[in-house]
Amino acid sequence: MTIQFNDETFHGDFTFKNSDWAIKRFPFPFHEDSYMYSVNMEPHTSYRPGSVFERTFDVDEHYVSEMKDRARVLANDPLRCQSLPHMTLAGWDLVELIMEAKAREYPDLFELHKDGNRWRWINKPLGIDDTFTFLDESTLPYGPMEYITRQTQGDFAVLDQRDDNLWMDAGMVTTQADWSLDFDIGMNFFEWHAPVPKAHEMGIFVRALKFLLNIQQGQPARRLNWTMTVNPLLDTSPENYHKWGVMKQGLTMENIGDKQHLRVELQTFFRLPRSNALVFPIRCYLISFNDLVTVPKWARRLHRVIRDLPEELATYKGFIDNRPLMVEWLSQFDDGSPTSDGIWPDDD
Amino acid sequence: MSAGTAKLNVTVAEVKPINDLVTRFKFVRTGGGDLPTFSGGAHTVVEMQDGDITRLNAYSLMSNPADRGAYTISVRRDDQGRGGSRFMHSQVKEGMEMVISNPVNLFSLDLRAGKHLMLAGGIGITPFMAQMHQLSMMGGHFELHYSVRTASLGTYAKELTEHYPGRVHIYHDDQNEAVDLKTLLANQPLGTHVYVCGPKGMIEWVHSTAEEMGWPREAVHSEEFLAPASGKPFEVKCAVSNKIVQVGEHQSLLEALEAAGIDAPYLCRGGACGQCETSVIGYDGKFLHYDHWLTDEQKAGGKHIMPCVSRFEGKTLVLDR
Repeated sequence: MTIQFNDETFHGDFTFKNSDWAIKRFPFPFHEDSYMYSVNMEPHTSYRPGSVFERTFDVDEHYVSEMKDRARVLANDPLRCQSLPHMTLAGWDLVELIMEAKAREYPDLFELHKDGNRWRWINKPLGIDDTFTFLDESTLPYGPMEYITRQTQGDFAVLDQRDDNLWMDAGMVTTQADWSLDFDIGMNFFEWHAPVPKAHEMGIFVRALKFLLNIQQGQPARRLNWTMTVNPLLDTSPENYHKWGVMKQGLTMENIGDKQHLRVELQTFFRLPRSNALVFPIRCYLISFNDLVTVPKWARRLHRVIRDLPEELATYKGFIDNRPLMVEWLSQFDDGSPTSDGIWPDDD
Repeated sequence: MSAGTAKLNVTVAEVKPINDLVTRFKFVRTGGGDLPTFSGGAHTVVEMQDGDITRLNAYSLMSNPADRGAYTISVRRDDQGRGGSRFMHSQVKEGMEMVISNPVNLFSLDLRAGKHLMLAGGIGITPFMAQMHQLSMMGGHFELHYSVRTASLGTYAKELTEHYPGRVHIYHDDQNEAVDLKTLLANQPLGTHVYVCGPKGMIEWVHSTAEEMGWPREAVHSEEFLAPASGKPFEVKCAVSNKIVQVGEHQSLLEALEAAGIDAPYLCRGGACGQCETSVIGYDGKFLHYDHWLTDEQKAGGKHIMPCVSRFEGKTLVLDR
């Protein structure tokens, strides 16, 4: 497969667009007509050729433009990338994990040549050809985690594991759904999840932590999460809320299909071998309501999910004010007919 | 969830007796290729096909974690044990194909530590060997205090002393040498983490001494894998799979579940990791809890059991499996 990379923006004039290919492979997150939290983890194994679940790290038509957007965000706010001193080894683990996976799974785009600890990395879409010494920071232009995550779509939280807990001790976070690495750095699993409503009472986090602590080498896991974003903004950070929060106003029946996007995170979890840390890549996929309703099953289901979502969740996810308009607009595409189980379009 | 961890097919490349009790085994990937990297302190679960019985024992990886060509483990023969170590010593030969698990680390270094102070007793030396490889590669600061019964049973003591001069201190029980733990702990720089692996009594001694001296709980790390205790046979009803399982005298509850084809999760098989925790639906009798995982309150509550090491005596036991 050769990917045609889009030249597009995620800010200002918002020229981001999904091709028909990207719409068809969008990770629609609702397997039934209602939604409630669950740990919903499954093994991150290759599944359904062409889908976002096929490769270890999915690369799609937005890759080059997303990396430009990351560089832009970092230039404005370097604290989006931080790594506490004891996390450097985990950064090298991540370099190895991503380079080996991409070179193996996308040989036409990426190459990795090893001569002992002397590694040559070729990233064709970004025009990079670097030779460096593995585990020697002085041979890379950035720290190892920053180096590789400037070349990989999605945010990365790198979690140290100790005292039966996980600690947010490193990360690259520029495409986040309203959370801040600079605020969360050094926090443990319960501390950084403190703002989430309902889930604590449901015992979700105790179970989720137990699962994550036991993720083993060679057995990565994944789950989907979702929220809503007005305009195709990757960077919906608290730091920039004053810029994007106002965009949630001014939606109308005429412009909502174009402006309102469903934002889906493909979250994966890998045990890192040398550091025994856990890496948590959070890959963001955006789709406009107009594009989403081209799949009739998704249109019907999204209408029902948004209509029936508990109020706390709509508030936490930041779209309580726009919910009535969303439901009204989506209802045009819901004739009340049943929807099949699972997330995939019916015509497959 | 499927049981255990992803498996590796390996071939025994070397079997080397180290002393009267300990033999070292070297594994390479069957058919060639690299093994996964691991972190110092990790173990692997070795599957042994001993006649009709499948034995699964966890052993610490002692080789250099950066060496992906081979893994090595050292096995101390336990003549009173249930047979796993005897199988390794008597049946495993060079060239034999075996199945081991991916590395699992329940005893990892705290990489924030300014200094790593290691206390080993007997065969408890093995995880430290991998950790010392890792730390010396990273330029880390470490010091080992290693208690052995006699010089001849001091597994790897000589090699370690030569390899890490000034950083390794050996204590011989038969010469009445012992670690002066209080003095040792009192003289550590701020930011030191303590690691202990050895007999149960030694682990408890280090934890309690450090606690008395005001060390933070999270700066003291230990690993002790229990071997499952033998005991009276008992019967278990498994509600989910609708099976009645007999647990033999020298068999653990986990092994009996596995032998009955019931998918039971596990990682350490030694009462430490919590992965095999199983809910009790009903019982009439007495639990014999041997694990380190459940709290005393949970052990008294009769709602949970760790089938890897714990047993039951009584009329009926119904599990959520």
